[in-house]
Amino acid sequence: MLTFLGRRILSSAIPLLVVVLGVFFLARLTGDPANLYLPLSATQEMRDAFSAKHGFDDPLPAQFAEYLSQVARLDFGESLRTAQPAAEAVLRAFPATLQLAGITMLLAVAGAVVVGSLAARRPNSPADRIAGFLSSASASTPDFWFAIMGVLVFAVTLGWLPTSGTVGSAAWVLPVATLLIRPFGVLVQVVRGAMVTALSEPYIKVARAKGAGERRVLFRHALRNAGAPTLTVAGDLAVGLVNGAVVVETIFGWPGIGKLMIDSILQRDFAVLQAAVLLTSLTIFALNILIDICYALLDPRVRQGAMA
Amino acid sequence: MRTHETGEPAGADDGADGGADDGTGAAGRPGSAGLLRLLAADRAAVAACAVLLLVALCALLGPPLFGDLAREQNLRAVKLRPFSTGEGWEFVLGSDSLGRSVLARLVVAAGTTMSVAVPAVALSLLVGSVWGMWAGFHRGWRESVSMRIADVILSFPSLLLAVVVLYVFDPGVANIVAVLAVARIPVYLRTARAESAQLRSRLFVDAARTFGTGDGALIRRHVLPIVLPTLLTVAAVDFCFVMLTESSLSFLGIGIQPPDVSWGLMVAQGRAELRNAWWTAVLPGLAIIITTVAMTQLANWARIAGDPAQRWRLTVPERRGRGRGRARAGRATAGEAPTKEQS
Repeated sequence: MLTFLGRRILSSAIPLLVVVLGVFFLARLTGDPANLYLPLSATQEMRDAFSAKHGFDDPLPAQFAEYLSQVARLDFGESLRTAQPAAEAVLRAFPATLQLAGITMLLAVAGAVVVGSLAARRPNSPADRIAGFLSSASASTPDFWFAIMGVLVFAVTLGWLPTSGTVGSAAWVLPVATLLIRPFGVLVQVVRGAMVTALSEPYIKVARAKGAGERRVLFRHALRNAGAPTLTVAGDLAVGLVNGAVVVETIFGWPGIGKLMIDSILQRDFAVLQAAVLLTSLTIFALNILIDICYALLDPRVRQGAMA
Repeated sequence: MRTHETGEPAGADDGADGGADDGTGAAGRPGSAGLLRLLAADRAAVAACAVLLLVALCALLGPPLFGDLAREQNLRAVKLRPFSTGEGWEFVLGSDSLGRSVLARLVVAAGTTMSVAVPAVALSLLVGSVWGMWAGFHRGWRESVSMRIADVILSFPSLLLAVVVLYVFDPGVANIVAVLAVARIPVYLRTARAESAQLRSRLFVDAARTFGTGDGALIRRHVLPIVLPTLLTVAAVDFCFVMLTESSLSFLGIGIQPPDVSWGLMVAQGRAELRNAWWTAVLPGLAIIITTVAMTQLANWARIAGDPAQRWRLTVPERRGRGRGRARAGRATAGEAPTKEQS
């Protein structure tokens, strides 16, 4: 088990490194911060002084080496815009995104398990067809459009919910609902497919023959075996949520990490961008390891493969 | 490891026989007449086909026919509601704050949206599947290196990549296509690799190798025909994803730039007029949803009607469908778990 984990950690660390490297160089391609932070009339000396102060005058590899050694000392640099430590800005924004993504994933998985299982009970029944159509429509809805419609109906017309902000539980409804639609639609389809498979297996007949109730058959016997594919897709979707809440955060003014990333690109705030990407990549990295452990817990075949 | 059951019965509504699985490729699959009959039997699939044909028609003929109309401002017909009569047929879906016909803009935007989505999907399908088949066929270091590259691309925050690239270069159609294509290559790479890694040890491949067939020909003539239906289904579902991403980018202001128009951009522009001209934001969104749902439905239909030997749905959402045919795809996903950690 430990060697299995070690192998996984090693092989997932490579993408992590490449992402950090890629963001470092790509960000510097977007332009010279001096153009943004100094007045148009700035002289060449002022520009040079600015670059020297922030270390932008070194050759790129030297800058990268410096950056790495800083990171090793847990120093993530300073924001160009606010002159505050970048780590602070990122850590302030991260919980907002994490809470949003966590609640969304929890609701999506719980809802999808129930709806998908019930739809799978009688394949091709009217309930199944309705669930199928609704889930495919919900997986096909552009999130930004859904968000705007939510604002139009519930905030502008009915006035039930605020248009933005994070204060009070009402403020959470539209952002969570917007993030929820796609993962929910996709997961219902996955759960349904996996449950149909599981329900056609012989052990379900055995369970029924032994007199197990319908709910026990569905949720204890079948669902456990439908877990692996659900987990795969849920993991992919969660990764997407962590780094892709940008649209929702932009529309609802949610002070999360996605918005922070976009803003720091626009403002050439490299230190903040790098810190934000590093943190999200680490989160995704941890999430992937966690998913692998869950596999092993769920599926004895994986467990054995890991031991061997 | 999973075994690739041969000659398993085809989907519930047979007509597609399992012939493709015996390696004869096209010869084993039902003819186009048979497929058409299958299609006609499924109302949802027929409707999806009709929608997609309409969109394709708009995309092809829209820009030359309606291009001028979509740009023409009529300040006497500003913010007309949908179905308002009296100002001419072009305002049947209303007009925006500059008095441009929403219908004409929708039609022209279909062309822009397709001119991004179609090349992006085609490019990633081509590169990803050739690369994946090659990697899976040769195994060893070529496979591991390819899979690591796919991991890197997949773990890169794709929206961030798009933002950076589109800032460095102009957000023109070609660059958007390039970003989307690169971001989606891993999907096909993984699918093609998984299938071809399994096929390489099959008897008919061994037989062909015994007769001295080279690696390139083995992949082209014995692996490709079996993997292709799966890849095409993946591509159909991915098409939806690419379309949604393009509209998100355009919505965020880093995709299609005015005066060009795409559905996502129309929603973004309509957002400002939400209070007094809601239809300018609602209608393009509906266009996106209808097209995407139609594509998903058709892909699902194709998956059931098509090759029964296909599996591998790591990246593709599972879906509803008819009982027995479905069961297999679900199992394939379950079986993917062990491979993931081996690759």
